[in-house]
Amino acid sequence: MKDFIIPDRDFGTPAAKSKTMVTLTIDGFDVTVPEGTSIMRAAAEIGISVPKLCATDSLDAFGSCRLCLVEIEGRNGTPASCTTPVAPGIKVHTQNSKLKQLRRGVMELYISDHPLDCLTCAANGDCELQDMAGAVGLRDVRYEKGENHFEVRNTSGEANPNWIAKDDSNPYFTYDPAKCIVCSRCVRACEEVQGTFALTIEGRGFDSRVSAGMAGDNFLSSDCVSCGACVQACPTGTLQEKSVIDIGTPERSVITTCAYCGVGCSFKAEMRGDELVRMTPYKHGKANRGHSCVKGRFAYGYASHKDRILSPMIRESINDPWKEVTWAEAMEFASNRMKGIIAKHGRHSVGVITSSRCTNEEAYLVQKLTRAVFRNNNTDTCARVCHSPTGYGLGQTFGTSAGTQDFDSVEETDVVILIGANPTDGHPVFASRLKKRLRQGAKLIVVDPRRIDLVDSAHIKAAHHLQLTPGTNVAVVTAIAHTIVTEGLFDEEFIRTRCDWDEFQDYAEFVSDPRHSPEATQLLTGVPAEELRAAARLYARGGNGSIYYGLGVTEHSQGSTTVIGIANLAMLTGNIGRPGVGVNPLRGQNNVQGSCDMGSFPHELPGYRHVKNDAVRDVFESLWGVQIDNEPGLRIPNMLDAAVEGTFKGLYCQGEDILQSDPDTKHVAAGLAAMDCVIVHDLFLNETANYAHVFFPGSSFLEKDGTFTNAERRINRVRKVMAPKQGYADWEVTQLFAQAMGADWHYTHPSQIMDEIAMLTPSFAGVSYEKLEEMGSVQWPCNEKAPEGTPLMHIDGFVRGKGKLIVTEYVATDEKTGPRFPLLLTTGRILSQYNVGAQTRRTENVAWHPEDVLEIHPHDAELRGVRDGQFVKLASRSGETSLRAKITDRVSPGVVYTTFHHPTTQANVITTDFSDWATNCPEYKVTAVQVSPSNGPTEWQEEYEAQAAQSRRILAAE
Amino acid sequence: MSADPHAKLIYMANQISKFFESKPQAEGVAGIAAHINDFWEPRMRRHLFEVVDAGGAGLRPLVLEATRSIRRPTPEHA
Ligand code: SF4
Ligand code: SF4
Ligand code: SF4
Ligand code: FES
Repeated sequence: MKDFIIPDRDFGTPAAKSKTMVTLTIDGFDVTVPEGTSIMRAAAEIGISVPKLCATDSLDAFGSCRLCLVEIEGRNGTPASCTTPVAPGIKVHTQNSKLKQLRRGVMELYISDHPLDCLTCAANGDCELQDMAGAVGLRDVRYEKGENHFEVRNTSGEANPNWIAKDDSNPYFTYDPAKCIVCSRCVRACEEVQGTFALTIEGRGFDSRVSAGMAGDNFLSSDCVSCGACVQACPTGTLQEKSVIDIGTPERSVITTCAYCGVGCSFKAEMRGDELVRMTPYKHGKANRGHSCVKGRFAYGYASHKDRILSPMIRESINDPWKEVTWAEAMEFASNRMKGIIAKHGRHSVGVITSSRCTNEEAYLVQKLTRAVFRNNNTDTCARVCHSPTGYGLGQTFGTSAGTQDFDSVEETDVVILIGANPTDGHPVFASRLKKRLRQGAKLIVVDPRRIDLVDSAHIKAAHHLQLTPGTNVAVVTAIAHTIVTEGLFDEEFIRTRCDWDEFQDYAEFVSDPRHSPEATQLLTGVPAEELRAAARLYARGGNGSIYYGLGVTEHSQGSTTVIGIANLAMLTGNIGRPGVGVNPLRGQNNVQGSCDMGSFPHELPGYRHVKNDAVRDVFESLWGVQIDNEPGLRIPNMLDAAVEGTFKGLYCQGEDILQSDPDTKHVAAGLAAMDCVIVHDLFLNETANYAHVFFPGSSFLEKDGTFTNAERRINRVRKVMAPKQGYADWEVTQLFAQAMGADWHYTHPSQIMDEIAMLTPSFAGVSYEKLEEMGSVQWPCNEKAPEGTPLMHIDGFVRGKGKLIVTEYVATDEKTGPRFPLLLTTGRILSQYNVGAQTRRTENVAWHPEDVLEIHPHDAELRGVRDGQFVKLASRSGETSLRAKITDRVSPGVVYTTFHHPTTQANVITTDFSDWATNCPEYKVTAVQVSPSNGPTEWQEEYEAQAAQSRRILAAE
Repeated sequence: MSADPHAKLIYMANQISKFFESKPQAEGVAGIAAHINDFWEPRMRRHLFEVVDAGGAGLRPLVLEATRSIRRPTPEHA
């Protein structure tokens, strides 16, 4: 769709990358552009917009509409400027009487087969067909009314066989074939940008039509993933957001950042007054380069959902109904309770949980609350349950707790190892960028117990799929290292210059031991040795090798060990420090990186500096004016243990739902129930709130200013586009609470919080809202040494000096299958839903994923008499739940798989409290279970529902 | 694992030990001690020492050795 608000110029064709420059003349003006640029784009560079319909700069030129004709002196005919590259010295004319006439003829044909109901069309004012009719000076259409695609009936009342009804099946956009000009921009967007290949042009000539999926499919039933790329590319009202149909066109737009996943896509929030009309991906966003997925593009309706709580609430006991109160009353109640607990049980009896969904500034304030006001270090974040091993593993080996690359790096990679990540569902925009590179010929190695989409999908086939048994990551990674070392595939020069050669000797001796060979471990891991060796050779010798990994690596007893093993592989092969290589954690939630950076972990102050360091504490103490505890605080699981034991009594939990997201639900519930004051700060009465005494309503990302830091360490601005519906941005709520607790805080804008962070944190020293305004976004470290930030890390040396190769002994998890629990359950996520689903379940995204299902192999299903779609009981030694079965060979025999987006499923009733040895990150990815047919919800599910319903009662304020 | 704080901490300490057992002895001992000093809140270390002081049943030998370099929590913290 045309960009009419902040005119982001459409240059017609993508930028050329050549370094060789070419000079030509267009309409008498000289212009110099890179070789390979189209004439259309060269003209656009000097402000001349050649009329066009089928070209747009997010797609390769196609040359079908013939509207962009130009004349070149000395050449015959009128070539299309979008498909004709520039040449040195040519003289181009974009406008003369011949061209004008030709263009009018083209437009006349288009308009003769287009309805003339522009005034009531949702795209009115936002339609390129309208614009081009104006641009070429079309004044009349001379064709007699004849065969067309847009009239339901012809003049004699017979049904028009060429007319196709509007497709409303997608919850967010419509396809109205009557308005289609068959420019194929949508088809190409689905292929080139999204990589799904859901759309085709069926038929030829006059009969050609855009079609989703196979015959008989509509958009919803086709492979379409609702990313919106086709809607974005469509020049007419054919593909149109339903929100625009409902509301009308927007009048202004504000650049902001998606609040869903760690890709951190930039969006334009397009507004009319304070109503959000639509979110469109921002072309200049450096993480997404103009692309989006269904969540960020469409699933924002939760922010105005009726379930959202807009008034603070309190209650004496969790058995009472909630009472709505004023902010002042809520603050008084909460602070009195917390003060009472501290007076009675000491300052270590309370703590906080920061949110990986809130802004950096908000996370910073929450950890500051516990360190400077409660005066302990009991702060943790839900990153604990996803990427804490990344922090530990990369910190130990490289010296920083973050990925090494930017997302652009994928454009230069040759071999990708993808371990325990499912980016087409979890990190969709990154997946699209990866798929683009794979279609250009890069090779893919998938290490995953499940056959994820990338193993085999449209125009993509993984070179190797190492389908390992859940829980054997370390054995597989070590066997890859074994192959690289024993077959001499390592990069000796890199290791000699960038690592410690003696350390390498020790490491090499360790991995070379025959017990680490692929042959020795294949029985254990289930990965055929030859396949593993071939994959190792490909990674080591296939050019730029990069590793991307996700929660399938971290959420294990040996999560940290696997991260170390991955870092080892990159160092062994010299795949660090340049574009196209590196170690890249794919972060789950939008601000996991940021909340970790901001000192959310109990042992480290902002910037990953341990609280034991006197010099570090000094800096904070002198600015904050209090003494900081020099002992590490409690992590989430330890807080719950301490609560059950009776020494931890009060918790302020911002924007997290630990009852649903943390393992072993029953233990979490027992811990929460044992506390005297639980304060939940969230948009909705989440599951944790069932055990809360105070509820602070939260504000959505549309209602506040701040920053998010994505998986590439990129700090992106979040901008307020409307006033907080419940009165305060979340950082203001934390400040009010801190003030009620006696703190002397007076921030008036989040930029002041960022200034404080910059003052205290060397890697953020150069970050300010002015800098972000100027540059759009910046990747930390950003300081005197790197004033423009750091897209690639460890270029000339590792942050810790020499890279450290660390031995990685495989230790089998104690979660083992046996006669009672013979299957291994592993968990994951799905595209349309996000995390515990609190937001996405409150949008139309439920069209794609109404409930969690259990994937089970046909063999295992048959053994148990389980039929497809039937309710089954899923039991582990922790508990049991029930959900529907889906029979599929995506999982191996012996392995079952589910997601955890819906609270009624309570998948975490099943998961155990085993956790990573270094960070206590829970072992979500391996649980021994049994599956049996069942009739419906288990007793626990029913009890839980009853307790939840009881606990959610609200008394209206008097 | 049970809700008994001691059993849980013994398990965790042994898990840490298993990672460090593949290193040279001295490095392994130092590694365990540093890890527990850096990441275990005083309450957890207090429980650990309760186990150690009662004879250390259930702890792997390397953990027992490391406890000599693990900080005992101060009364203020415990
Ligand atoms: S739906 Fe839109 S983009 Fe696709 S062919 Fe029709 S007019 Fe072009
Ligand atoms: S929404 Fe995305 S996946 Fe669906 S048809 Fe359009 S481009 Fe393809
Ligand atoms: S890929 Fe992630 S950040 Fe981008 S739009 Fe989708 S959910 Fe949002
Ligand atoms: S814009 Fe060039 S042929 Fe359509």
